[in-house]
Amino acid sequence: MIIEQTRNALQTLFPEADPGIDLQVQQEDSETTAESSDKQEDTVRTNGVIERDYQVHGYHIDAQVDPEQLLEAVGIVDSLGYFIESITGVDWIKENQLEVVYDFSRYDFDLCRVVIRTRVDRDAPVVPSITSIYAGANWHERETHDFFGIKFEGHPHLIPLLLPEDADFHPLLKDFKA
Amino acid sequence: MSVPVRIQPDETFVLNVGPQHPATHGVLRVKMEMDGEYIVDAETVIGYIHRMHEKMGELKTYPQFYMNLSRMDYLGAMGYSHGHVLLVEKAAGIEVPERAEYIRAITVELNRISSHLFWFGAFVMDLGGFSPLMYALQDREHILDMLERITGSRLTYSYYRFGGLYNDIDDEFIESARRFIPRMRKSLKKYDRLVTGNIIFQKRLIGNAVLTQETCRKYGASSAVARGSGINYDVRKNEPYSVYPEFDFDVPVYNEGDSLARYKVRMAEIEQSLRIIEQGLDKLPGGPIMPKKAPKIIKPPAGDYYQAVETARGNFGIRLVSDGGKNPYRLKLRSPTYSNMHLFDETCKGMLIMDALAFMGSLDLVIPEIDR
Repeated sequence: MIIEQTRNALQTLFPEADPGIDLQVQQEDSETTAESSDKQEDTVRTNGVIERDYQVHGYHIDAQVDPEQLLEAVGIVDSLGYFIESITGVDWIKENQLEVVYDFSRYDFDLCRVVIRTRVDRDAPVVPSITSIYAGANWHERETHDFFGIKFEGHPHLIPLLLPEDADFHPLLKDFKA
Repeated sequence: MSVPVRIQPDETFVLNVGPQHPATHGVLRVKMEMDGEYIVDAETVIGYIHRMHEKMGELKTYPQFYMNLSRMDYLGAMGYSHGHVLLVEKAAGIEVPERAEYIRAITVELNRISSHLFWFGAFVMDLGGFSPLMYALQDREHILDMLERITGSRLTYSYYRFGGLYNDIDDEFIESARRFIPRMRKSLKKYDRLVTGNIIFQKRLIGNAVLTQETCRKYGASSAVARGSGINYDVRKNEPYSVYPEFDFDVPVYNEGDSLARYKVRMAEIEQSLRIIEQGLDKLPGGPIMPKKAPKIIKPPAGDYYQAVETARGNFGIRLVSDGGKNPYRLKLRSPTYSNMHLFDETCKGMLIMDALAFMGSLDLVIPEIDR
């Protein structure tokens, strides 16, 4: 039930998209579970909400949003009582993009895991900070800044957390050379 | 000729706790702005033993990286290995024999007890009581000896394999585990009489660092930190995995939110782990511990996978982004104490420094697991 509620709430961010189509995609995806369908989906993935098969992926709702929509999307998740699990990045070097991934989960027995992702240009990776909504995002964002060089606009204290204080490298970028 | 020391009434000073300090149980540093003995502001500095596990995850194949998981948390290594093998098995579609899952659950719970025992001893020692550590280590030794016999290692077990286990348990292990259960129950009563009612212990902990449920949610706290604040959250129950749905056990929850509640949760968890071990030994099915067709080369299909498990320290999550190759494209390790420690800065403001250190002890920190 909460899955539906969350999906509908996040769907309001995409007024022009038809949620039925996304669900169709999901059903096909879970039926075939072929390597190629997932791969293709990643490359052509547009913003929107997709319901995933929990048994396969380990989470329920997968929403890709614009960086400008991020605060709104996280605000929705916050108002529905989710807790923040982690923030991380993925370097899609072939597409010249960096992806920031936000994981949310619930304390109650209405099991629903929400993943919010946003993609930014690799040359100017800037996303808004969500520390104003989730105070616990502070370290996660600093860590993501350490590893990927993604700038979180509005972060109160964006200095290296895990890397040395004078670190000017970002080890999880795919073109990082030690 | 002596000059009297003059202190301005609003003067504060910076106190540097750590990185090498016995109270931080590892290389952790807290910069504290102090007004006398009261903390005005605090900033935790971590990363002193950062090893970039996540990059190693990308550079190594799945079986090669598997060994790293035991090195994240040296007190509760089984839980972390369990998360990794479950994730890779889910992603690559490897079937696990039932016997292997039961043995995994038994060993994870044994490891949880040994971790909680060490925490118990160290925590009471933080508060000035030395002898409970000695008793706790005695009981923990029994577990370590048992696990050493079958895994070949006392701390960094790496006992599981993708698809099953490295080694089957034998009658001697089962007999030893059965002997351990009544022994531990007796010890729990002893610890309760020795520590819980102690007036100094109680005065130090009751009302110390009360965490609200909202704080826990905003920081993503888990384990006894959340459960001591009345949040009934345990991944084993909320998001059942492995064979945990087969076991009858409770999740201890206390509503006070103070350090004593966190202590009580962990001590009650030992009893629940004993119940799981007992049932696991009773129900232990026969059969193989590895599937007949365990793949030699592991190549999960491209996609994004997530697995959460309840380790001794809380909700450990692991995310795998696979591109279909022999190495993960991206491997994220979400460690529980990272989030639990993060709320320290905010909570300790206005506290006496000794209270803040008692609070830090109650968080059950293992620094290599925070720094990764």
